[in-house]
Amino acid sequence: MKLAVLSGKGGAGKTLVAVNLAVTAKQAVYIDCDVEEPNGQLFLKPEIETVTPVSTLLPEFDTSRCNGCRACINACRFHALVYLKERPMVFPEVCHACGACSMVCPHDAVREVPHPIGTLEQGRRGGVRVITGILNPGEASGVPVIRAALAQGGNDAPLTVIDCPPGSACPVLESAAAADRCLLVAEPTAFGLHNLDMVYRLVTLLGKPCGVVINKETEPYAPLEAFCRDRNLPILGRIPYQPQLAQQTARGEVACETVPAASQLFSTLLNRIAGWYT
Amino acid sequence: MKIMLPLDEDQRSVCPSFARAPFFLLHDTVTGESRSLENPAAQADSGAGLQAAQFVVDSGAEVLITVRCGENAAKVFQAAGISIRKALEGDAAANLAALAMDKLPELTHFHAGFHGISG
Repeated sequence: MKLAVLSGKGGAGKTLVAVNLAVTAKQAVYIDCDVEEPNGQLFLKPEIETVTPVSTLLPEFDTSRCNGCRACINACRFHALVYLKERPMVFPEVCHACGACSMVCPHDAVREVPHPIGTLEQGRRGGVRVITGILNPGEASGVPVIRAALAQGGNDAPLTVIDCPPGSACPVLESAAAADRCLLVAEPTAFGLHNLDMVYRLVTLLGKPCGVVINKETEPYAPLEAFCRDRNLPILGRIPYQPQLAQQTARGEVACETVPAASQLFSTLLNRIAGWYT
Repeated sequence: MKIMLPLDEDQRSVCPSFARAPFFLLHDTVTGESRSLENPAAQADSGAGLQAAQFVVDSGAEVLITVRCGENAAKVFQAAGISIRKALEGDAAANLAALAMDKLPELTHFHAGFHGISG
C-alpha cells in the first residue's frame, strides 16, 4: 500500500505521523516529497547509500543552424523563449521542459540539455528505506524531484509512506496522485479545518479514499467532528496535545521509539490503516 | 527614435500594468507619428511579461515608458539595450512630453512577477 500523508497547512504533523508510521511498520519505504524542506531525515537519520542528481531539460540553441524562423518562439505556450539579437534566448524558470521547441525546429538547431535542479538521497534505518527529495534553493518547481523520488520508491514495499509537501498546489497533487490512500493530518482549530477542507477536496478530485488523524487535540473540536461525520471521513487516530511530544520532536527523536504511549498510539493507528485498507 | 508605452482601454492613459496592458502606444519622434497597437500578451495564460517584451523589441523601440516592469521583461530590455523610464502622473501625451525634456527617471526597481495573480 502507498499511503500519502497530507495536510493543508504546514506544521500540522505530517512528518511526525509519516515517520512514526514507517518506523512502527518496521518494513517500509519512507519518501520525503516535501522537497523544499525535507525534514524526515532529521528524525530517521538514515545511513545514506546513494545520492543521485535530478535534472530537468532546458533547450540550447545552435546559432550556426538557426535561421531565425521563430518556430520555437511561437510554439512555446509558456513564453519562455524570446528572440533577441538574432538568436532565441531561454528563461529557465519559465521553461516547463515540454520539448516543443526542439520538436518544431525545422533546422535541428534546438538541443535539450540536462539542467540540475536537485538530488535524491537514499538510505536505510533498519528495515525502513528512506528516500529524500531535495530541491536546490532558487529552483521554481519541485515537481521533477518529487517524480524522481516516487519512482525510486518503486512498487514492491508492503507499505510506502509518502510525506507530502504542505498546501494543496501542484507539488501536493503530484505526491498524492501516486498513493492508493491518503491520510489527512488535521489540527482541531478553525484554521486547521479550513486547510483540511482544501486538501480533502484535492484528494477527492483524485478519487483517493482518505482518513483523518487529528493532531494536538485537547478536546474534540465540534466543527471538525461534524466535517468528518458529514463526509463519512473516518477519524483513524487522535494524537493528544502534549508538550513532551513537542520537546522530543524538537530534539529529533522518533516518538514511537522512546515513549511507550506514543508507541501504542502509532501501532493502533497503523492497525486501523491496515484494517481500513482491507 | 521609437518610444513605447502601455496604454489603458481609453488609449490615452498610461496603463499601470506593463504585460497586461490592452494596448501599446508606439511613438516615432522622427515622423511625430503615434499609433496604438493591440498587446498580444494581454490575455496570455502565462509568460505575459516575456511575450510583451518580445513585442516591444520587435517594434524597434529604443525607450519604454512604464509604471512598473517585471524582472524577466527587464532582462530582455537590458539585453536589447532598450532604456526603461518610469512613467509619471498624467496621460501618455504628458509622458512623451516629459521624456522629450528628459524628465523621466530611469526605472530601476523590477518586481518578481505576478504569475497570473491579479495585483
